[in-house]
Amino acid sequence: MATMTTTTNLPATQHDEEVLIEQLGYDDHFHEHHHGDKYKSNFITTYIFSQDHKMIAKQFLITGMFWAIMGSLMSLVFRLQLGFPQESLTWLKPFLGKWIVVQNGVGSLSPEFYYALVTIHGTVLVFFVLTAGLSGTFSNLLIPLQVGARDMASPFLNMLSYWFFFLAGVVMFLSLFLSTGPFSGGWTAYPPLSILPQASTGSGAGMTLWAISLVLFVVSVLLGGINYITTVLNLRTKGMTMWRLPLTIWAFFITAIIGLLSFPVLVSAFLLVIFDRTFGTSFFLSEIFIGGQALEHVGGSPVLYQHLFWFLGHPEVYIIILPAMGLVSEVLSVHSRKPIFGYKAMVFSMLAIAFLSFIVWAHHMFMSGVNPFISNFFVIFTLIIAVPSAVKVFNWISTLYRGNIRFNAASLFAIGFVSLFISGGLTGIFLGNSAIDIQLHDTYFVVAHFHIVMGVAAFFGMFAGIYHWFPKMYGRFMNETMGKIHFWGTLIGAYAIFWPMHYTGMAGVPRRYYAFDTFETFRHFTELNQFITVAAIVTFTFQLVFVINFFYSIWNGKKLTVKNPWGASTLEWTTPIHTGHGNWEGKIPAVQRWPYDYGKNGREFIPQYEPLGQGERDGGH
Amino acid sequence: MASQTDHVEVEHEVHASKADWSGGKEPFQVSYGKLMMWYFLLSDAFTFAGLLIAYGALRFSSPTWPSPDFVFSTHPFGDSHLPLIFVTIMSFLLIVSSVTMVRAVQEGHRENKNGAVFWLLMTVLGGLSFLGCQAWEWTNLIAKEHMTVTTNPFSVHNAAGVYLAADGSEAKKNGKPETFVSGDGYLIHKATVLTDDNDPRGKQVAHQGEHHDDHGGGHHQEVFVYKSQLPLDEPGRYIDEKGYIHRKFKLIEGPNAGKIMQEEFGPKAFGALFFFITGFHGFHVFSGVVFLLIIAINAASGLYEARRNGYEMVEKIGLYWHFVDLVWVFVFLVFYLL
Repeated sequence: MATMTTTTNLPATQHDEEVLIEQLGYDDHFHEHHHGDKYKSNFITTYIFSQDHKMIAKQFLITGMFWAIMGSLMSLVFRLQLGFPQESLTWLKPFLGKWIVVQNGVGSLSPEFYYALVTIHGTVLVFFVLTAGLSGTFSNLLIPLQVGARDMASPFLNMLSYWFFFLAGVVMFLSLFLSTGPFSGGWTAYPPLSILPQASTGSGAGMTLWAISLVLFVVSVLLGGINYITTVLNLRTKGMTMWRLPLTIWAFFITAIIGLLSFPVLVSAFLLVIFDRTFGTSFFLSEIFIGGQALEHVGGSPVLYQHLFWFLGHPEVYIIILPAMGLVSEVLSVHSRKPIFGYKAMVFSMLAIAFLSFIVWAHHMFMSGVNPFISNFFVIFTLIIAVPSAVKVFNWISTLYRGNIRFNAASLFAIGFVSLFISGGLTGIFLGNSAIDIQLHDTYFVVAHFHIVMGVAAFFGMFAGIYHWFPKMYGRFMNETMGKIHFWGTLIGAYAIFWPMHYTGMAGVPRRYYAFDTFETFRHFTELNQFITVAAIVTFTFQLVFVINFFYSIWNGKKLTVKNPWGASTLEWTTPIHTGHGNWEGKIPAVQRWPYDYGKNGREFIPQYEPLGQGERDGGH
Repeated sequence: MASQTDHVEVEHEVHASKADWSGGKEPFQVSYGKLMMWYFLLSDAFTFAGLLIAYGALRFSSPTWPSPDFVFSTHPFGDSHLPLIFVTIMSFLLIVSSVTMVRAVQEGHRENKNGAVFWLLMTVLGGLSFLGCQAWEWTNLIAKEHMTVTTNPFSVHNAAGVYLAADGSEAKKNGKPETFVSGDGYLIHKATVLTDDNDPRGKQVAHQGEHHDDHGGGHHQEVFVYKSQLPLDEPGRYIDEKGYIHRKFKLIEGPNAGKIMQEEFGPKAFGALFFFITGFHGFHVFSGVVFLLIIAINAASGLYEARRNGYEMVEKIGLYWHFVDLVWVFVFLVFYLL
């Protein structure tokens, strides 16, 4: 083809890159205005109240890691109780105090605290780790760097976004130390457990702090989301059309829109819950008896809460998975040295998923007495989500197909993500059918489904992102060997934990139960249950490998010697190794082509700032 | 001149459609600050939408709902009852404040400091008048008509009947039997509950016949009861532990004709939703007034003259203010019209 002969004027060296950016770049007069340092900084404004999106990203990441460890430890504690109820947990007494009840010399976790741990595990992992820790981290890190902006549209609001998240974490953390324990009514906070203080131990002060924490968290998400959307729309560098955005940015952009439209509805639900709690209104309560005593509440509807909650709750799972999908698309393309397959199909399927995510919420409520006619509507749209999801899976596989895949930690995790997304997605088709859901609702089948498809899969996307962009964040590499150990341990471990749960779930073992020893039917699962607990402990230890690797590498990892270690074509790798606030020292590179020119014109990759050759077609169209 | 600028803007938009997505530009020709305000308003719209949907769900699952024409017919200008007159005035004030806001933005565009400040202050005035009206409306509902977030004394009859007088005979009003038909609204009045059993007021009128009008506009005769007597079951009325006077009546149609009934409270959700949603809207107006004042002070200090984007802050608060007005249209619709 004639268009293939256009390989002149292509830079190969660092010098050429600088020349090209200088010649064609986009001069925003940044350094003239700010004399090289727009952001005068001292220790506090650099490391604590930083307005630099890269530092805020690190803050989100490390806070998220803290909560991931907390949440996982909680799950280990309740898994121990569940798997080995006859073994003594007295050794946990120094940490858990009165929540370990010693009877006949055997210490066991008190049922109240078991429920509290399950609740906080869910809340923390869904909101603090997989929303803030994942989308907060990578939206902050990558949006300005990849669209070619000096920083977010409003660095100040961005900083506030982190600190609201931090405060939410502080309040949640404090609730762990209440004498009545933290909230214990499940992460969905259904009334009446979330409204009546007398309903359970955690429904009093525990729920109050839980609600305050979550309201702070929503403020953080909204501040962040408004910033992400605005930055993507208004601050793209010259030449960065929407169809030249890396898929990461599309994912963060769409995620932010979903968050912006769904979290406010959660706020309305929480405000009404707070009213019911404090002023005695009956928005969500109706004809309740507690201890034989009829309460004054009449006329409200607990199902109304479920509708409002799941209007957020369902989009929330896409808020979690879409950023992971974006990261995986980018990592897979870079490390298989091939353009992403079906770029536009990827974008449209994300948009389709985003749209559909708003009209499927009642599939969480098939067992709440929703009219079967209405259920049909939700079944159909739920199953339609499988279409864009499958498009994405096929595109990832096609991207890998015949690629020169580098099997490093980042790409392994990305491939692992695809595997988990398929395994977990398939069980979603079971659960999306209201008829099958009647059997499977609130069993371990559900637990297995959502842990694989949105829990572990999103974690894999996050790990892929961390291993891939760690050099950009800290100017050093993470240790590859430890990364691979981490990958195999986590992949096998995660399947070992959640695969057996499908079987127990299909047999009807209900989730959220404190003990099963009174059920004769479930007795033959005892050993499987023990196996799951052991697998969870082993998998957790593999995460310690990651944590050690992460912190060790920040100070002692192999140093970066070139700006662009992976040979990626996106803009973040044109910034200096130690990127200052403002990101580019000179002009911002202008974008000339789509971000996935790998293996084109006989070259391994062509960066986005390089002009199209004569007659060369821009990719992605 | 106006038509000329319009023409220029139209042309501008046509041009804008393609080129502006190319990066390095603002695709909607809107600065990031205004864009952020738009997105904030979008999210806020969803909060209100969530609340109004909750309203709809609760309202349509209630067997009855008070008629707004009956509930909102009081006003501070005398004893006559004019349905919705007061809320009409309130809404008018708020909408006028949107007009003054438009003028403030316009003066901002013209870089006219004094003009902008003047119209901002007029908008503040509009907002404060609205809040003042809301305060009166709430005070009237709470203090005179005894509606709370948990008790709703407003309801409607679902069959025709005739009220009973204190002695159990048919009550007369202006010489005619005091009848009502299905759909007529009523308000359960509240007696003044005396905690001191020696209070002379109680002796005087506790068992006296009472003359009701349709509505609790304040000119019905006041009833005093001793706390120790409650609840008080009389032939013509039942006074509950809190002092609410449930009048008794005889049904005169339907399968239960002839049966003696008493007025029951309306759906609890009515009061709770009314106070919650209008309160949430009022809180938005209040925040708007605070921001308007801050921006008016900033404008007066000359802060915006020095700024590159001039009076953009005025525009941003303007967007917010119009949004709050728009939300009121929906709140007005569901609470006062439907």
